[in-house]
Amino acid sequence: MYVYNDFDENFVRNRVAQFRGQVERRIDGSLTEDEFKPLRLMNGLYLQLHAYMLRVAVPYGTLNSAQMDKLAYIADKWDKGYGHFTTRQNIQYNWPELRDVPDMLSALADVSMHAIQTSGNTIRNVTADHFAGAAADEIEDPRPTAELLRQWSTDHPEFQFLPRKFKIAVTGAEADRAVTRAHDIGLRMVRNDAGEAGYEVIIGGGLGRTPMVGKVLRDFLPRADLLPYCEAIVSVYNLLGRRDNKYKARIKITVHENGLEKIQDLVEARFEQIRPNFGGVDQQMLAQIEQAFAAPAFVTKSTDGYEAARLANPALRSWSDTNLSDHKADGYAVVSISIKKHGATPGDATSDQMRVMADLARQFGHDELRISHEQNVILPHVHKSDLPAVYAALRAADLATANIGLVSDIIACPGMDYCALATARSIPVAQEIATRFDELKLEHEVGPLKIKISGCINACGHHHVGHIGILGLDRAGVENYQITLGGDGTETTTIGERAGPGFGAEDIVPAIERLVLGYLNLRETADETFLQAYRRLGADPFIAILYPEKAAKNAA
Amino acid sequence: MARPFTPKVVTANALLEGDAIWFTENGDWSRDMADAELITDEAHGDICLLEAQADQSAVAGVYLADAKAGAHGPEPVHFRETFRTRGPSNYVHGKQEA
Ligand code: SF4
Repeated sequence: MYVYNDFDENFVRNRVAQFRGQVERRIDGSLTEDEFKPLRLMNGLYLQLHAYMLRVAVPYGTLNSAQMDKLAYIADKWDKGYGHFTTRQNIQYNWPELRDVPDMLSALADVSMHAIQTSGNTIRNVTADHFAGAAADEIEDPRPTAELLRQWSTDHPEFQFLPRKFKIAVTGAEADRAVTRAHDIGLRMVRNDAGEAGYEVIIGGGLGRTPMVGKVLRDFLPRADLLPYCEAIVSVYNLLGRRDNKYKARIKITVHENGLEKIQDLVEARFEQIRPNFGGVDQQMLAQIEQAFAAPAFVTKSTDGYEAARLANPALRSWSDTNLSDHKADGYAVVSISIKKHGATPGDATSDQMRVMADLARQFGHDELRISHEQNVILPHVHKSDLPAVYAALRAADLATANIGLVSDIIACPGMDYCALATARSIPVAQEIATRFDELKLEHEVGPLKIKISGCINACGHHHVGHIGILGLDRAGVENYQITLGGDGTETTTIGERAGPGFGAEDIVPAIERLVLGYLNLRETADETFLQAYRRLGADPFIAILYPEKAAKNAA
Repeated sequence: MARPFTPKVVTANALLEGDAIWFTENGDWSRDMADAELITDEAHGDICLLEAQADQSAVAGVYLADAKAGAHGPEPVHFRETFRTRGPSNYVHGKQEA
């Protein structure tokens, strides 16, 4: 993977030193809170309900074992022994003290990590397919592109004060696991008819208050044009994007209000203007970056032991059925480690668990780990013959929950347990749904189902693209949960539709149970997923299940 | 017609730990909401807020929050403020830890 060069290293170290001085000046009173706030946000430090929160970028979700070990060390030394993995492939620490933050950032810098541009109206951490470099359906590894974009966007002088935050996602596979259509810029690596590598460029997607599916701005952008073209997009947005109204400032609104064609014309014009300035340096850099992402030396060995262990151990079998995905190399598998044990907080890993995962990556995983936007951790390259050992170690660390892609593999944002912007809690709802379905012992029968929960309209929990989405609101001083149905965050991105009136905190879990059990009666075959059944039948039968009294009245 | 003033407290987060704190009658800060001054008069509320905001050395994010009189002192009205007196619901962390 990519290792910092001297320039990166100095840059990050200087920022830590600057921030250390800023913290000192805040504590001794020479900086007011109003002066300090933008400075701390530039370094990923938020003030939440009960404490500060430090958001650390995991660029395109890729970590090595030393980095994961360092995250564990930070959790123990300066936090409460755990970290929270987010839908932005970041990790958040919920309890740092102001005085310690510069030391935490310095520890991160030791392993080429930082918290820069994890906040503010800048280009944020570039996200990517969490199976990058491993997935069987991959056309090309998206991470070199993501790293190039990271280098270009970090401290880019023109783009530090955009109208609003700006998020870029990259995927290089057939299946879209990076939700590219819900980003300000989504890049899909494709090949044209001549077999040349390039990108499909999607813009103006986003969730939040006004959810929108991104639109294709260019169906084929030659690879060499990536940076000038992205720079053209962001620079057009920088001038055209609205600064008068925070809720209309994202590029999705700019595209919506101006029309795709006008944006296209402006971007193409700007692109022609700035392209000559790039002069190929970016492509030389990309070539160097690509070397850093060369695939590990995969080995060929027998998988007989694994097959035998699978037959002998039903728990291993069940886990391998749900938590493994196809790898591009023979004999290998992609392992998804569920950070969603039934009843636990989605995305929270203890420092001990982090160290176990780091060890497994070192021993069995070519030293690679990934964080998924679904708040799980991935070992992208594990040889099948090592799976029994990996499974046993995960099990010992309480990390072997066999639920990837099932009802209890819920995305939940921190909600009002931590987040200062929240209108309701999301974590307890996720915990209760998972616990309930574990009691029912039904989730394997229910099959693939994505439930996503946000604690406010900002939609960090991606509820709009959940097959079942749950949005926590404050209705007259009481927590209330609104359900959306039929959302989809993949290559067939769809925004879910609101089912009807919201449910109180006591009623939301029973409502979800009713809905899921009701689906079992509606599906044509055991293979028809919730989403497929919803698409075939439309919303009505599902709404009737959610609101039985209303349905009874209509029938009367 | 102007809406009647509902009682309030001045609250913030401690600068160093980020912990929730409340402004007291003596013009200092307490980690316990029950020690807060319950403000029942709008003009007085504005003064308290200004006074609290002027204290830049130890606090961040000062605001007025609705509150009501309880047996031991002011109590929260809204669930958000209740959570701030306690901590998160998924772990025994924050104030409830003590
Ligand atoms: S969706 Fe709202 S509550 Fe949840 S993390 Fe985002 S801002 Fe906070």
